[in-house]
Amino acid sequence: MKLRLLLASGAIALGLSSSGLRSAETVKVGVLHSLSGTMAISETSLRDILLFTFDEINARGGVLGRKIEPVVVDGASNWPLFAEKAKQLLEQDKVAVTFGCWTSVSRKSVLPVYERNNGLLFYPVQYEGEEESQNVAYTAEAVNQQATPAVDYYLKEGKKKFYLLGSDYVYPQTTNLVLLEYLLSKGVPLANIGGGFRRDGSGKIISAGKYTPFGHIDYQQIVAEIKQFAASGDACVISTLNGDTNVPFFKEYAASGLTSETCPVVSFSISEDEFRGLPADKLVGQLGCWTYFQSLNTPANKKFVADFQTWLKKSNVPGLVKEGRVTCSPMVLSYVGVYIWKAAVEKAGSFEVDKVRAAWKSGLTFDGPGGKVTTQKNMHLTKNVYIGETRADGQFKIVSSFDNVYGEPWLKGKFK
Amino acid sequence: MTFSTRPAPRLGTMLLLALGAALVVVLPLLHATGLLSSFTLSVWGKYLCYALLALSVDLLWGHTGLLSLGQALFFTLGGYLHGMYLMRMIGELGQYRKPIPDFLVFLGWERLPAFWEPFASFPFAIAMVFLIPGLVAFGFGYLAFRSRVKGVYFSILTQALTYAASIMFFRNNLLLGGNNGFTDFKFILGYRLDDPGTTRALYVASAVALLLAVAFCRWLRSTKFGLVQHAIRDGENRVLFSGYAAVHFKLFVFVVAALMAAVGGALYTPQVGIINPGEMQPEKSLEAVVWVALGGRGTLLGPALGAVSVNALKSWATRAYPDLWLILLGGIFVLAVLFLPGGLVSLPARLRALFSRRPSS
Repeated sequence: MKLRLLLASGAIALGLSSSGLRSAETVKVGVLHSLSGTMAISETSLRDILLFTFDEINARGGVLGRKIEPVVVDGASNWPLFAEKAKQLLEQDKVAVTFGCWTSVSRKSVLPVYERNNGLLFYPVQYEGEEESQNVAYTAEAVNQQATPAVDYYLKEGKKKFYLLGSDYVYPQTTNLVLLEYLLSKGVPLANIGGGFRRDGSGKIISAGKYTPFGHIDYQQIVAEIKQFAASGDACVISTLNGDTNVPFFKEYAASGLTSETCPVVSFSISEDEFRGLPADKLVGQLGCWTYFQSLNTPANKKFVADFQTWLKKSNVPGLVKEGRVTCSPMVLSYVGVYIWKAAVEKAGSFEVDKVRAAWKSGLTFDGPGGKVTTQKNMHLTKNVYIGETRADGQFKIVSSFDNVYGEPWLKGKFK
Repeated sequence: MTFSTRPAPRLGTMLLLALGAALVVVLPLLHATGLLSSFTLSVWGKYLCYALLALSVDLLWGHTGLLSLGQALFFTLGGYLHGMYLMRMIGELGQYRKPIPDFLVFLGWERLPAFWEPFASFPFAIAMVFLIPGLVAFGFGYLAFRSRVKGVYFSILTQALTYAASIMFFRNNLLLGGNNGFTDFKFILGYRLDDPGTTRALYVASAVALLLAVAFCRWLRSTKFGLVQHAIRDGENRVLFSGYAAVHFKLFVFVVAALMAAVGGALYTPQVGIINPGEMQPEKSLEAVVWVALGGRGTLLGPALGAVSVNALKSWATRAYPDLWLILLGGIFVLAVLFLPGGLVSLPARLRALFSRRPSS
């Protein structure tokens, strides 16, 4: 009995020391996305691209000579669980950096955890801004890297009336408030902004646009309202509708006889990846606006897309979907995030968060699939913005682009 | 010359006391000496809050025959009401550095809405944690029980109630944070929430609350009230014809269960750091029913055991097997239903039966 105990403790000690040895050669990196629940369909793609990126970097020698050891956890679309998993990654696994989150609520849930432990989270999905944490690297599109360029494009196309529509949560609400100020600053009269306003007691507008809850399916009345709004011509719709609700909205839109010719819709939450669940033929000609499209015709992007497909074929990650895969902006911003983190670590010569952050703030550049990106002092990225028209195959035809747009999180009250 | 008629402490009591001591004393001591990380302790604090929710479900389902599929509503309400206090305590340390909560700034408010004002007081918030879920439970219970809504119809109504509430709380116009809910808490009663001492205090509070609730359920069972409660579960019509006002009994139990869940929620919010309407969605209440079923319905320790073990398994498996944990968990539920209908608490008795059947040589 005693002997067995001795052997067991010896084995445990051996196990501990060998795992210690392993962590000296690798660097632990957290991957915090929902692999189950409502957000899984979107977020699993980010897990996949991150694993692909780690493999690519490891094949070329890793970061500072250390191989990346991913620690993948499932946030399960459950926001308190996100906070728990973040704590686990930082306090137990002691990861050097985390790549993760999609929804704003998941980011808000883990933010205090990263600030408390001085961790670093790379956040890759378009968001509402109004936030600038020293513990988050926002590779995401800020509102002025999606919404305001889209308005510029519409104005150039001669549009005069703008209808604001979104799901009722923080991203659409903020985007529409910024857009309201932006449109007014461009000389668009209040009467030409559709969707309605909400005012406080003093008459100040505190909310603009029409909002529907998550999972809303009945868009008959709203589409009728848009049709009336667009009857005088030169109108367009700016949509921040999220996820599944786009299906009934665009079906109703097409059924009512509205088209991309008579009244185009630009959506900020529909990328190539969403067309795995959306009928692209109902959206032909409608617009998208992102800092990357798979159809970008550059050698860097072509290589990236081809490499990802090759990786998909030979990878043995459990549960990996191999068929019909595309690349999209949140995926590319995850990819870009890993490379910028690598560049920052190499410049700092250390994995320490404070030093990596300082390296980020010194202004790093990376030539990614979407073109050149540059890190900014406010933890955001300068990047190119593209506007694309939806094609029947779920890809976008790029119709306009804006180079080197500075990422600005604080936009409310900026356009007067 | 007094003859003690009290029986010697039974095994159950001993077990309960031992478990209680382990939860209230041993774990915090381990934490204070640095043998247990703050992370582990706070996760255990969360499990104990879930255990309170499970206990509340079982008080209704296991003991009174009322399957509530909306018990997470009261849990979340408790969480929100305590969360309002915690939001006020952030002060000007939010993203906007304004004296009102961030989401109100984002909605264009410059002054605090009137109903937010009194929540700066901790006693007021705690009073509300009891009052509001209690009133909701009383109102709903009164209408449902008086109309003799029973069985599956009662279950459907409770589920509809929590679903309706979640839709209401998702709306930004309710001024309770919409989809994002409350987060980024900093202080409680003047103590920093990220302080290990605060983590420990919150954990101990959860453990004590759970033990009190378990002790209360145990006591209730031994009273005449408990007998009527079980009689309602097993044959409500007979209870009615015996002259008992079953409505009053059911209403009392429903309100008590709601308060139990609300206390769990109030302790849950500061420990996990976020409360949002997602917690009110019907599947959360269904999950709590699964914990009870797995732990052992209608038993003293089963609900807490189920809640803790399922959530501990979830914590472990979402890290160890992020792709397979749902299948793992689902598989365990199926196996438990098939082979362990009495739940985890029936496991020792099952094993004993198995071994005693073996021929002794």
